[in-house]
Amino acid sequence: MSRKWQKVITAKRGLFELNLKDVFKYEDLIKMFVKRNFISHYKQTVLGPLWYVISPLITSVLFTVVFGKIANISTDGVPQFLFYMAGNTVWNYFATCLTSTSNTFTSNAHLFGKVYFPRLTMPIATVIYSAISFVIQFVIFIGFLIYFVMSGAVLSPNLFILLTPILLIHMAALGMGFGIIVSSLTTKYRDLSVLVSFGIQLFMYITPIVYPVSALSGKWKTLIMLNPMAPIVNNFRYAFLGCGKPEWGYWLLSAVITFLVLLFGIVLFNRVEKDFMDTV
Amino acid sequence: MDNELMLKVDNVYKEYKLGAINGRTLTADFQSFIAKILKREDPNSKIGSKTYGKNETFHALKGVSFELKKGETLGIIGGNGAGKSTLLKLISSVTSPTSGTIYLNGRVASLLEVGTGFHRELTGRENIYLNGAILGMTKEEIDLKIEDIIDFSEVRQFIDTPVKRYSSGMYVKLAFSVAAHLDSEIIIMDEVLAVGDVRFQEKCISKMRSLASEGRTILYVSHNMNTVRQLCDRCVVLDKGEKIFDGDTEQAIAVYLGKNLTDFDTFVDFSQVTRPKGITNDIKILSFKLDGKQDSFFENDEKLNFSIKWHCLKNLENFRFELALKNSNDNPIGFAFSNVIEKAEKGKTYTTHFSFDISNLQREKYSARFGFSQTDSMGNNVYLDYIDRAFCFEIIKDNYNFKNKKSLYWGSVKLNDITFFTENS
Repeated sequence: MSRKWQKVITAKRGLFELNLKDVFKYEDLIKMFVKRNFISHYKQTVLGPLWYVISPLITSVLFTVVFGKIANISTDGVPQFLFYMAGNTVWNYFATCLTSTSNTFTSNAHLFGKVYFPRLTMPIATVIYSAISFVIQFVIFIGFLIYFVMSGAVLSPNLFILLTPILLIHMAALGMGFGIIVSSLTTKYRDLSVLVSFGIQLFMYITPIVYPVSALSGKWKTLIMLNPMAPIVNNFRYAFLGCGKPEWGYWLLSAVITFLVLLFGIVLFNRVEKDFMDTV
Repeated sequence: MDNELMLKVDNVYKEYKLGAINGRTLTADFQSFIAKILKREDPNSKIGSKTYGKNETFHALKGVSFELKKGETLGIIGGNGAGKSTLLKLISSVTSPTSGTIYLNGRVASLLEVGTGFHRELTGRENIYLNGAILGMTKEEIDLKIEDIIDFSEVRQFIDTPVKRYSSGMYVKLAFSVAAHLDSEIIIMDEVLAVGDVRFQEKCISKMRSLASEGRTILYVSHNMNTVRQLCDRCVVLDKGEKIFDGDTEQAIAVYLGKNLTDFDTFVDFSQVTRPKGITNDIKILSFKLDGKQDSFFENDEKLNFSIKWHCLKNLENFRFELALKNSNDNPIGFAFSNVIEKAEKGKTYTTHFSFDISNLQREKYSARFGFSQTDSMGNNVYLDYIDRAFCFEIIKDNYNFKNKKSLYWGSVKLNDITFFTENS
């Protein structure tokens, strides 16, 4: 046969045959998934998207009481509430990206078993959808920031703020990277999904959310900063609150780790999507 | 261009592991992996088995090949577990073959189950966009077609209502409408027409036919032979993962039904068959044989000629043979009597040849029950012997060439002709 076929389906697929181009062809599908997620989450709820505001506020208040007042952990001279809120806003986005992409295969098995479309559209849509809640929480955070500055708190937001979108994309990539690795593995080992909800909490404590990086020193600091989320949280706080100092080196390292995690995730996801229907 | 190949399935195998798909834990997998690296014996392998799980596989498809040209509608038929759905899943790349290759030319839209990807909370209109996008359409393409889709679906009144409030029929209509307006060159459907009311089903079939005449290529899987007949020019019959026939639809259906129903026999022995209660047992029917036929497929201008071998256990006078038909849905169709048999002697075995006119029966599968009966002194019909579901036959061609004639709609029997006279007035 000398003729050309547009598509050939075989048993084997190359390790790096990722068909990422296909994902972009389905751009409209990604948009529809985002819309679907939004509508389905907030139809028939009392407060609708207000939940995005309420839950981080309550968490921040709780942190202020527990870690600030009771445990008396330093916040680098920044108002405690603002310090925790900054950490929460960033962490929530990462945690949502990770947990909500981690069940991509198992919770969509019915749909995936019926039609083919690039499976990667699903986690991408989830990550974009989660950004909506990040933006809302971020706006609330900015509101409180302005309030605190007006009432005389010593804060020094700086030009680092301009890097916020990059921080956001960085977190999305990292969260999705971990998420799709877990989702690929859960097709075979279901118990990993239990690990995620538990693990994400542990993960938070090895990330400087409830304590500042300045509270760490020596090998502890090195260890914590190897966590790819640590420099992101630190740099976000530095940008908006002016506390601590920017961690360029660790941030670069974190970017490299993120790239590797995401690449590994996509390769694994791609391998699993081919015939996960037979095992899920 | 009409001979352009759109799809080529080349020697495709699909193997499933039986049983223990999820039965392994991470620890066990890890142990096996380490053992493999260290070239030790796998601690999890079964005693005596050299390779793990070698015998625990099941072949859903065993080397299936066929080709499909542009504009063809191909039916895939076969019993449960024949591999039809697996084949469609492979073609729509939901899963991948174990070996073999599938070549495709053009976009594939698979409509494996109606309403796939519908979200309950979204309105009909939003679901059209969502479902269209899942099936590979862009927003602009859907924008152009949305009015057609809504019109076709007949649910315009409810289009801005969440689909969770839809009746199942409305749901199906909407879902089919989206799929029917796809731009893809190859359309795959699995039993989708089995839903919706009869009128909508017919509308769907004519829509599919018009798509085929526009040059789309259609693959259709169904157990409903009527729709297969109406839609497909060609059929592939699968049996236990193998292709056993590829060709003309009628022949394919004959092959499939012949394979599927063992009581489509031309000879049946009744000597050991248990009889219903309430018969007098004055006669014992021994066997049934179709005369002059190799199969039980009839055209309705043939006569149903058969012979019954029976044993008489009592001197009998004035009795008759009786036959009743049911259609494939087990609904009674009608009954017929033979002329009176005047005399039979005790202890003798007879073979009687019957001839039954089936010209008023429509294309369908029938099952027949028969027996000998007599009117007793009280005027009741008593059975001398009776056999339920004695044999089956199918009318595969009738002389009323209605394309969409369905027994479901019209019944299975053509009634007596209508006579008329006309007056000048």
